[in-house]
Amino acid sequence: MSVFAMIGRRLLIGLLTLLFVSVLVFAGTEILPGDVAYAVLGQAATPESLELVRNRLGLNEPVHVRYFVWLFNFVRGDFGASLATFGGSLAGQDIGTELLNRGWNTMLLAGSTALIAVPLSIFLGLTAAIKPGGLIDRILTSTSLALISFPDFLVAVLLVTVFAIKLRWLPAIASIRPSYDFFDWVRILVLPVAGLTFTILAHMLRMTRSAVIDVLSSPAIEMAILKGVPRRRLLIKHALPNAIGPIVNVIALNLAYLISGVVVIETMFNYNGLGRYMVEAVTNRDIPVVQACAMIFCSVYVIVNLISDVIAILSNPRVRYPK
Amino acid sequence: MILEKNDWKSSISEIVKDLTPGAFLSILFLILVILVGLFAPWLAPFDQAEILTNESFEPPSDLLWLGSDFLGRDLLSRLINGVRVTLFLALLITFLSFIMGVGLGFLAAAFGGRIDSIISRVNDALLSFPALMLALIVINSLGSSFTVLVFTIAFIDMTRVFRVSRALAVNIMVMDYVEAAVVRGEGKTWIILQEVLPNSLTPLAAEFGIRFTYAILFISALSFLGLGVQPPQSDLGVLVKENMQALLYGEYTNIYPALTIAAIAISMNVFVDWLLKRSSAKLSEEI
Repeated sequence: MSVFAMIGRRLLIGLLTLLFVSVLVFAGTEILPGDVAYAVLGQAATPESLELVRNRLGLNEPVHVRYFVWLFNFVRGDFGASLATFGGSLAGQDIGTELLNRGWNTMLLAGSTALIAVPLSIFLGLTAAIKPGGLIDRILTSTSLALISFPDFLVAVLLVTVFAIKLRWLPAIASIRPSYDFFDWVRILVLPVAGLTFTILAHMLRMTRSAVIDVLSSPAIEMAILKGVPRRRLLIKHALPNAIGPIVNVIALNLAYLISGVVVIETMFNYNGLGRYMVEAVTNRDIPVVQACAMIFCSVYVIVNLISDVIAILSNPRVRYPK
Repeated sequence: MILEKNDWKSSISEIVKDLTPGAFLSILFLILVILVGLFAPWLAPFDQAEILTNESFEPPSDLLWLGSDFLGRDLLSRLINGVRVTLFLALLITFLSFIMGVGLGFLAAAFGGRIDSIISRVNDALLSFPALMLALIVINSLGSSFTVLVFTIAFIDMTRVFRVSRALAVNIMVMDYVEAAVVRGEGKTWIILQEVLPNSLTPLAAEFGIRFTYAILFISALSFLGLGVQPPQSDLGVLVKENMQALLYGEYTNIYPALTIAAIAISMNVFVDWLLKRSSAKLSEEI
């Protein structure tokens, strides 16, 4: 199969996965007992008002029609109205702007974490893999084994205790004001980013290490060692190119941890991002918000996995130069 | 299947000889934690729901060994009870996910062909879903109760258990002794129970440990978000969440439960690591 056919196939699978995800998100939010109208009205539910809300939200349509309308609107960027703001006027607030605003904040948090955690963990993973069983390796693997056992919030709680409460260097809560300049942003982001970095660093380090060790134990590398290729050259010229595929995969997989980490850390620091928005929405049963946030998080996850697979295909010489 | 003629005494002494200090400490701690969980109602010095003092976040004293919580209840008693709830839920979740995941995994491997590819495709699709998102969607719809939590997380875990157990079984199904059994005319059930299961016990035990840790961390995270165990019930995650204010008073009230979670998870991981090294089996690093 040529490279293009392989990539095309992968893109198609990615598209199907996205469709499957959307069905699951929609079905998952539809299984609630009663219907959305009950959830909106609560105590105020009378037969007349229920009918009114159902009509208004299109709940009298059959399920598959509602699914396609929802999906079509989602793709167009129309995310619907929040139910929490669904007042007496029966006109909920449009959540598009809110999503955009909070999505940007979350991107900032997750992006700066990735920017620090990815190079650091690859560097540490490589360092550990150079001499498996050596002192550095033993220290790194045991430290990371402890770190992956930490609940997402533990490192953050400890960081807050030390740097915000005891030393008073940084704020414990990352609330955002419009007047913030660059340095204010850095100040509020340091602790959340540090907490998040620790939660994904350990996983990435361990996976990178085992991916590189796998590559290092391959016949090709053994051959290179026997030929007497110097160690540094061996790692950079021979091992690393073969390890790119697995390492990119590792990074993509860790986005799953980053997503759950983002949700926990944002809630912990009261950071105004998508993760906290979703938790609040789940608490208030604000279904359109839950649907939109879930779709955004899942799509990002699926798309990043897609990109990583495409990179893996492209970086594989056996695929690039077919016989 | 290779039968080893070892009586249990010599195999135990062999295990003890292989113990590293880390593994020894971990096993000791895990046994202690399990005992605490089992006998929590008798071990707790006070009723965990009783308000003993008007002071929130009292520092540790002779009477209240770990101080008081945000309502003036005894933190130690609540911690002991929290260990019980967390362990109970995590065990239930892991057992459920194993019954479903191993069952389906072995089934897929034993029958192969279309059955295997259908189950595997569905499983792959489910794996493309970040675990926390799945849990949040279900909790949004059904609310958070013990039943919902247990079944949701067990379902999420099942997809991971399925992958591991299927891979194990696929490797065993091509072994000579399985072929011999097929030629002998043994049925699928016999092969699964007599050949595949005994030969995958150690890696499955290790996977059980990994899943158990994951279940503990997952419930704790949900409870921390306020979407897991609901008050008046409390697991370790709830204890961390409800005492967050303690940090502002300079007390460590919510750090104790957080560290307890970490200690249990670390011990389990060290134990699993040792188990895997000892059997030279290999599991994926990815959870």
